[in-house]
This record gives sequence, structure tokens and C-alpha cells, in this order.
Amino acid sequence: MGEKIKKLYQKIGLPRIIIISFFLLLLFSAGPLGLSIPGLIGDVINRGAMYGILVLAMVPAVQSGIGLNFGISLGIVGGLLGALISIQLGIATNPALGWFAPWMALIVAILLGVLFSSLIGWGYGILLNRVKGDEMTVSTYVGFSIIAFMNIMWLVLPFTSGELIWPLGGEGLRNTIGLETSFGSVLNNAGGFYIGGENGVYFPTGLVLFFLGACLLMWLFLRSKKGMAMSAVGNNPMFARASGINVNRMRILGTVISTALGAVGIIVYAQSYGFLQLYNAPLMMGFQCVAAVLIGGATTNRSRISHVILGAFLFQGVLAVALPVANLILPEGNLSEVARIVISNGIILYALTKTGGSSRE
Amino acid sequence: METQYVLKMDNISKEYFGNRVLKDVSLAVKPGEIHALMGENGAGKSTLMNILFGMPVIHSTGGFEGTVEIGGQPAAIRAPHEAIEYGIGMVHQEFMLIPGFTITENIKIGREISRPNLASRIFGKQMETLDSEAMAKDARKALDTVGLGVSEEEYIRGMPVGYMQFVEIAREIDKTGIKLLVFDEPTAVLTETEAENLLQTMKKIAESGIAIIFITHRLDEVMAVADSVTILRDGEFVAHKEIADTSVTDIAELMIGRKVEKLVDAAEEDSRSIDENDIAVKIRDFCVAMPGEMVKGVDLDIRKGEIFGIGGLAGQGKIGIPNGIMGIYESSGTVEVFGKKLNLNNLGEALRNGIASVSEDRRGVGLLLDESIEENIVFSAIQIKKQFLKFGMMDTKKIRAHANEMIKLLDIRCTGPRQHAGDLSGGNQQKVCLARALTMDPDVLIVSEPTRGIDIGAKKLVLEYLAKINREMGKTIIVVSSELVELRSVCDRIAIISDGKLASIMNPDAPDAEFGLAMSGSKVEGGN
Repeated sequence: MGEKIKKLYQKIGLPRIIIISFFLLLLFSAGPLGLSIPGLIGDVINRGAMYGILVLAMVPAVQSGIGLNFGISLGIVGGLLGALISIQLGIATNPALGWFAPWMALIVAILLGVLFSSLIGWGYGILLNRVKGDEMTVSTYVGFSIIAFMNIMWLVLPFTSGELIWPLGGEGLRNTIGLETSFGSVLNNAGGFYIGGENGVYFPTGLVLFFLGACLLMWLFLRSKKGMAMSAVGNNPMFARASGINVNRMRILGTVISTALGAVGIIVYAQSYGFLQLYNAPLMMGFQCVAAVLIGGATTNRSRISHVILGAFLFQGVLAVALPVANLILPEGNLSEVARIVISNGIILYALTKTGGSSRE
Repeated sequence: METQYVLKMDNISKEYFGNRVLKDVSLAVKPGEIHALMGENGAGKSTLMNILFGMPVIHSTGGFEGTVEIGGQPAAIRAPHEAIEYGIGMVHQEFMLIPGFTITENIKIGREISRPNLASRIFGKQMETLDSEAMAKDARKALDTVGLGVSEEEYIRGMPVGYMQFVEIAREIDKTGIKLLVFDEPTAVLTETEAENLLQTMKKIAESGIAIIFITHRLDEVMAVADSVTILRDGEFVAHKEIADTSVTDIAELMIGRKVEKLVDAAEEDSRSIDENDIAVKIRDFCVAMPGEMVKGVDLDIRKGEIFGIGGLAGQGKIGIPNGIMGIYESSGTVEVFGKKLNLNNLGEALRNGIASVSEDRRGVGLLLDESIEENIVFSAIQIKKQFLKFGMMDTKKIRAHANEMIKLLDIRCTGPRQHAGDLSGGNQQKVCLARALTMDPDVLIVSEPTRGIDIGAKKLVLEYLAKINREMGKTIIVVSSELVELRSVCDRIAIISDGKLASIMNPDAPDAEFGLAMSGSKVEGGN
């Protein structure tokens, strides 16, 4: 018995045990504070799944050896662009498509997003191949730069749809764009149901299934010949080379998949959130994804699907529960934002100190 | 009167974690002599020098036994800077120079000549003005001694390698009170003329009364400049000889000399028929740009069905050959496998054409340490031959069955096929590498350093197994190894690589002296 517990402890690891305990502590303290527990649990499920694909985007990056992809904002802007074009085309309001119109809008957004982000990711991969060893530093700044660049582009791109541009002046895209008339909550509401009545936990079936489906595809890919080759490159580039694998090409493949998943991720996120957020909103999103996958147990050179699922729900869970609790305990000021930054950066810091070359003696 | 020695090390023994690397080694150097220190890789030369310099690696692992006397006085050197105080200097194999500094600055660094000024009176010696003129004069003098004609104001960056070596030497002899200089394989990176100059310089330095310990593998150089020689083998003192009383052949024999034990039972019937004209791998004018193991034009014909050995000292290029063939480092020249020319710039070309290899660097190149044994075993077969796949995915059942079979066949000691390769012992990791190569079902198997880091019992098993693969499966095997004994115990023919070139191809039972000469880069007549 003791042996079993020890094994389980080793498998889960101390950091996760601490965070899980923290999460449970928060959850138990939420009740006495007057918060609705089913509401909070619903939040945790929803947020975990809506962030999930962005977290999943870390896996191909880590496995192909470029490390944690702080530059996921590249994929995010690709996805935003896809979503904007989909709205501009007015697919969701096309009467000919009937009930399928919002779905079509979502599909078009995802396809265009993947297309744009794959192109961006390809160039990004070439860049990362030139800075081997410093990928994470470079990717952080590339991520920041693309946001700044797109801040200009959002103003000058020739979008004309009234839903997208500022109502006054008629130029430039809005800060936040509502999705209720396009593909907002399409996935969330597909097969969504309440557990335990109107006041119970809302389970966004479509969203969760979409996330798990993406995880399954990634899992299958990692077990394919290409996926194995890609993982070997991240694991040991010399080994891969000795087995006749083109290391640079595999790294580009990993970067492209990661960036494309970033695009899909932001669209899924936006449809659940109900808004597209432009300008500086995605600036720090990469950090949250990195923190989540690290909480899940990944390192800078090894990550699994289980890390993604555990990490996404745990990280978002802590945030979803901690913020209302913190706001109740310390009502003054904008504590929720501060708490989010402290938690996500603290986790990244912890994880990075853990992984610096100490993987194996 | 007894001979006065500048350095006397007596009965030095050293253990690393219970592994005895030096046993009762003695070394005595007279003033003004060039004393050669010779031995194969791993003979204990570096350890002995580390002890002399009081390197931390010695003292952090429990110190050493024996006595060190400098100038007739017992000396306890606990740190490198104490060695400098005793007047011992070292010319490093890798240059310890700062590229962005001038020659003068490099020579004088840490020992600058300075003049007091206002600031230094207030803030202390650190703030004194540098006396560039005096320093330049000193540097010039040192440079003249070593016979380097370049200006002392030149920057190190962009200098030919040979010059840097001389700057290093100039820095050492500029130190006042230097009594003993250690040259650690100084000619390894030099061209022939540069090496010649260096040897002349060493002679000049010795004439000025400074003793020199000359560590080298090159017998010709020893014969040319040294006065006496100490030979180590496997951490043991073998001989101390005056060069005048000895010969190249003598030294070569002393370096190699040990009984060759046929690891593979000779009684086992050898039913192989090896045809001299049936060539499995034909290598022509083969060059490989592997740092530290450059191959500079090698021709080899490896016959089908034989076990072919490639030997030589470390850094001479033998390891470069398999790495070049497998495409890990860039190469030029031609490699033909059963008459088919390989395009080696194409990654995986050798693997696709029936050559599999086991890398000398198991942890660095040979294994995915964080992956399971079974994945390590089938990886190449999946990537190159597209085996073990079902609907494009790993066929877990088939992989498991194959891994279990290999584990049984090679007797890999593990908890199961899912155990991570990184958790295995060296010998078992080697078997996993071997299992991966065999899974490729190659016609030619290249095994580099098959027994590196493996204990003696496992060594024998691995070698026996190689012989078994050769005899029973009819595979052509190329064994690349630093351990001559090992090559001589299993190989049919052994090529010795020296300085990136083929020195000679010999029978395993050729005399020790011939092997010694070939490995030291001396020309040998005959061979086959």
C-alpha cells in the first residue's frame, strides 16, 4: 500500500500535488464564502476546454525541440485573421445555409486561420532554425513583435463589415468584436446540458469533445512515423540525424503544427468567450499556455497529451476559482488580474528553473 | 653526488571511485632535459599531470598516494596556482588565449607590469597604470626566445594556429622562475613545418635550463628531441629509458605490449569463406570533417563476411570513418556498398543501403534516453524501412513482440520493454543500440567502441556476440575501437588510422611493435 502511494506520488510529482491541493482548498473555501460551487465547476470545465487547444499547441513545439512556444501569438493572429475574414464574408448570416451557417462560419474561420498561421509558422520555423539554443528567448520577442505589428495592421487592413470596424469614423477594427451574430458559442452549445438541473453544472459538450478530439489527433500523430521522427529530433537531434532524419525540416514541421494549433486555439477560445479580442489582448496569452502545460508536468524538452489535459484544467481551474475567492477576501482593487499574473509567471519561473539541463545525469 | 632532479614523483597511485587509474608510477626529470611521457589513451598521462598541477579533480576525489619533490624539496601542490609558484608551467592543447587581446596582453595577463599613479595611491594597487613599454619589451624577449617573428602588438584573433601555440609557450617562459614546462601533445594541431619549428624551440628552451615534459603519441618526435622517456601503460609504470639507449621499436613495443587473449574461441570451427575479391564496402579517398577526428583521405576495401577492425589512437580519425559513412558529419570521397555508390550528403543513405551502425557515443547519439527500450529498438526500422507500422501508426503489438525477442536474444537486463533506455547500465544500453542495428537487418554492421564503459564481463559477451552475428548470420562487421586488444581478439584484419590517414592494414597476430609504430604514425614496411 505504502509502496503504491509512493509510486503514485512520484508519478504526479510534488508541484502538481501542491497545486491540486491549492485548487481543492480554494474550492472548499468558495462555498462558505457564498459562491456557487456548480457555477464554479462549470467555469473550470469551460475555461479548461476553451484554453485547451492553445495549450495543446505547446506539444509539437516542445517535441520538435524548439522548446516552449512563447511565440504562439503568431498563430493567434493568424487565427484572428481567419475569424475576421469569415465574419467579413458574412457566412454566418447567409440565409441559404440555414442552421448550418454559424458552423460554416466557424469552419471557414478555422480553415483560413490554419492557412495563414501555417504560412507564418513556416517562416517562423526557418527563423528558429537559425537561433538554435535560444529559441525560447527569441520566440518570446517574436511573439511580442507580431502583436505590435498587427496593432498597425488591424488599423489599416481593408475590412468593411459594420460588425468589425469602429462605428464612428468607419476605419480600423474594433478592440473587441462580438460573435453572437456569427459563430459565438457554437461549440459550447452543441449538446451542452446541465448536470443537476437549471442551477447545476453546465457541461459544454461540443467544446470538450472538440478539445479531446484535437488531443486524440495529436496523440495519433505522435505515434505515426513522422510524429516519432519529430519527437526524436526534440529528444536527441544527433540521434535523429544518425537515423537519417532531417532535423531542420522536422523542427519546421513542429513549429508549423504548433502555430496552426494556435490559430485553431484562439478561434475555439473566442467562440466560447463570445468575443474576438484584437490589439494587445493576445500579448500575454502565450505565457498562460506555457504555464498551463508546465503545471501539467511538461518540461522544456518533453511533453505529453496528459500534461496538456491535466495542465489546462488545473491552471484554468485555479484561476477560475481563485479569482472570485480572492475578490471576495480582498475586495479592493483589481486583484484578479494581479493574481493571474503572479500565478502564471510564478509557475513559468518555477518550471524553467527545474528544467535547466537537469533532465538526466 | 646524486643526480639533482627538478621534479621527482615517486610511487604515485590514484583511484577514482574505486577504479585504480595509476599504480605506483614514478617520474623523474632532470634540469634542462626534454623528458617524453608516452602511453596509449587511458594510460594515465593526464591523471599524472593533473596530480602535478594540483587540479581540483584530484583533490575532490580523495587525493593521491605517493610523493612529489620539486628541486629536491617535498612539495604539496593543492591548487594550480601553487604549481605556478613552484615554477611549473603548462602549454595547453587547447589554446587558453583571449582572441580580442594583443600578444603582449595575452602574455602578460594577470602579471602586468604597472606604475603607481594618483589613483592607485588612494585606491590601491589595482588602479596602477600599465607600463606598456616594459610589458612589450618582456613580450618581445619571450617571443624571440621561441622564435616567433610577428609583432607583439598583433591581435590573437585571426592568427594561424601554429602562432598561437608559440604565444602560449612565450607566456609560460615569460613567467619568472619557471623551471619545468609541460607540453601536452603540442604538435597535434600543427602542420609539419610548424611542428618542426616547435621542436626546435623546445630544444632551445631546454638548453636555457628549463626542463620539459613532452606528452605525445608521436614516436618520431620523441626520437628527434627527447633525452629520456617514461612509458606508462594501463596506469602502470612500464619503463624509464634514456633515448640514446633505446630504439623506436623498443618504445613501440613497450607502449602496446600485452598479451593478446583471443576472446573468441579459436576452436570454434570457422566455416566462413571470405573471398578477397568480394568487396562489401569500398572506400576511396574518403575525408570526413568531424571535429577532433578528421579523416583525411582513406582507402579501404572491406571484404564480404569478414570482421574488419579499425584502430588507432584517439583524435587520429578512426571514429570519423563510421560517422562519415552514416552521414552524421560531412564527408567527401566515395563509398560503395556491394558496388552501389552512396550519395552521402543524402541523410540516411547508408541506412537505406543496408549499413547499420552502433555509435561510439551511446548517450549522445546512440539512444533516446527518455524513451522506452522498445521504441529505441524499432526506431530506425520504422523511419527507414517503414516496418512496425499499422495504418501509419506504431504497431504496438508487433513492436512489443520484437522488443521482447531482442531482449531475450541479447540478454538485455531490464524490467521490461517499457523501461526507459536512460535507466539501463552501460552494457545494456550498448545491447539496445545493437538491437536497433540488428532490427535493420543490415548487410554491413558498423560497431564503434563496442565495449566503451562496459565492465570486463560484459565486454567479452558483446565481442562474442559480434563474432556470433558474423559467423551465424553472415554479416560483414566493421569494428572501430581504441582498444587494440579488443580488435586483435575478434578481427580478421585491422586497419590502423593515424593522422586521418591509413597507416597500415595488419593481421591481428602481427607483432606488438608493428602496431605500436603504426599507431604512432611512423612508417612501417610490409603489412598486408
